[in-house]
Amino acid sequence: MPEHDHDHHHDHDHSELSETQLRVRALETVLTEKGYVDPAALDLLVETYEKKVGPRNGARVVAKAWTDPAYRERLLKDGTPAIAEVGYAGRQGEHIVVLENTPKLHNIVVCTLCSCYPWPVLGLPPVWYKSAPYRSRAVADPRGVLADFGVTLPKDAEIRIWDSTAEIRYLVLPMRPKGTDGWSEEKLAELVTRDSMIGTGLPKEPKDLK
Amino acid sequence: MTDGAQDMGGVKGFGPVKPEQDEPVFHSEWERRAFALTLAMGKPGGWNIDMSRSARENRPNDEYLSMSYYQIWLAGLETLMKERNLVSDDEIEAQHSLHAPKSLPVLSSGDVAKTLHRGGPTERTPRAPAQFKAGDRVRMKTINPPTHTRLPRYVRGHVGIVERVIGCHVFPDSNAIGKGEDPQWLYTVVFDGRELWGAQAQAGTTVSVDAWEPYMEGA
Repeated sequence: MPEHDHDHHHDHDHSELSETQLRVRALETVLTEKGYVDPAALDLLVETYEKKVGPRNGARVVAKAWTDPAYRERLLKDGTPAIAEVGYAGRQGEHIVVLENTPKLHNIVVCTLCSCYPWPVLGLPPVWYKSAPYRSRAVADPRGVLADFGVTLPKDAEIRIWDSTAEIRYLVLPMRPKGTDGWSEEKLAELVTRDSMIGTGLPKEPKDLK
Repeated sequence: MTDGAQDMGGVKGFGPVKPEQDEPVFHSEWERRAFALTLAMGKPGGWNIDMSRSARENRPNDEYLSMSYYQIWLAGLETLMKERNLVSDDEIEAQHSLHAPKSLPVLSSGDVAKTLHRGGPTERTPRAPAQFKAGDRVRMKTINPPTHTRLPRYVRGHVGIVERVIGCHVFPDSNAIGKGEDPQWLYTVVFDGRELWGAQAQAGTTVSVDAWEPYMEGA
């Protein structure tokens, strides 16, 4: 591509981004002047989802289920109250169902219609989860999608894809990695990746922590 | 608009999924502010989640597919606010409030934690017994509504099995257009991959959707 074309394209992208930035800034100013939003509340909303609510929450839930059979049973029977026991609840997690992966069954969660995702345990969804490739292919080509994540399942494993079309939010309970007998909840939680709780990944192995 | 670009299940041609290593929660400052404004304006705006979703998806397909996620949120927020005369184009242009504000409840910083914790549960008291039970064979209706729906195209006309009776939940098709919550029984319905994708289905795959009773009929 000739140099000037490249520059032109770059400028075009840049000006579009600036336009959005300016528009958001203008909206925030107008809404603040009208008294419709409290800037301190906006800061707190951002801080909450950037610093406090994220996949470490879900990892704690999974690690607890891996070490406490009674908790695991409660979690699989009725996810929402069991997750609230650990301190996580609320917006976009009002009705949570936990899906157990087994050697025979692998669960994958998607929202083909928008971006539904269990915020209290996983935080805000990553860009790929909200993207057209994932939303279109997960339901029809799950093994192809898993390959995009570098995951290959045994040929005879069944795959179940859960399309989050209502207000039920799904959290995958991955299988506990081998070689972790006697590990504490805290250490086990380090093995639990975000993607393993969506179903597009597997937990880390003990060797991955070293 | 319904049945547009947002209904993506099974569509081909979007290419591979591209996970981002160590992805940040937000990719720029404006995304942070667009996200926070959207959540905060829910209180003075008074709209519901189904109206929000409808406002986001209700745009030409080429726009929907070329806008980033938070650009779509921003556009949806503007739509909802303009519909209610909360903000106008001349104010956005001037970057200042030009018209007297309405008296509306506001989300204060002190209420943020409580409001997020409360969320928006959608389960309601049933007005009638559930028509289907676990194990029932059901067919998803063939519908083409002109307004918001949560029945994806790829399951319409197909037969699945009721796996779970979830409960009675707010019905988005009604709630999105201001016709009330009209709670309906909600079910997890599971489909064999071959039922949805024919001979091209990957062996051993099943797909489930959560479907409201009005979307279903006995099969």
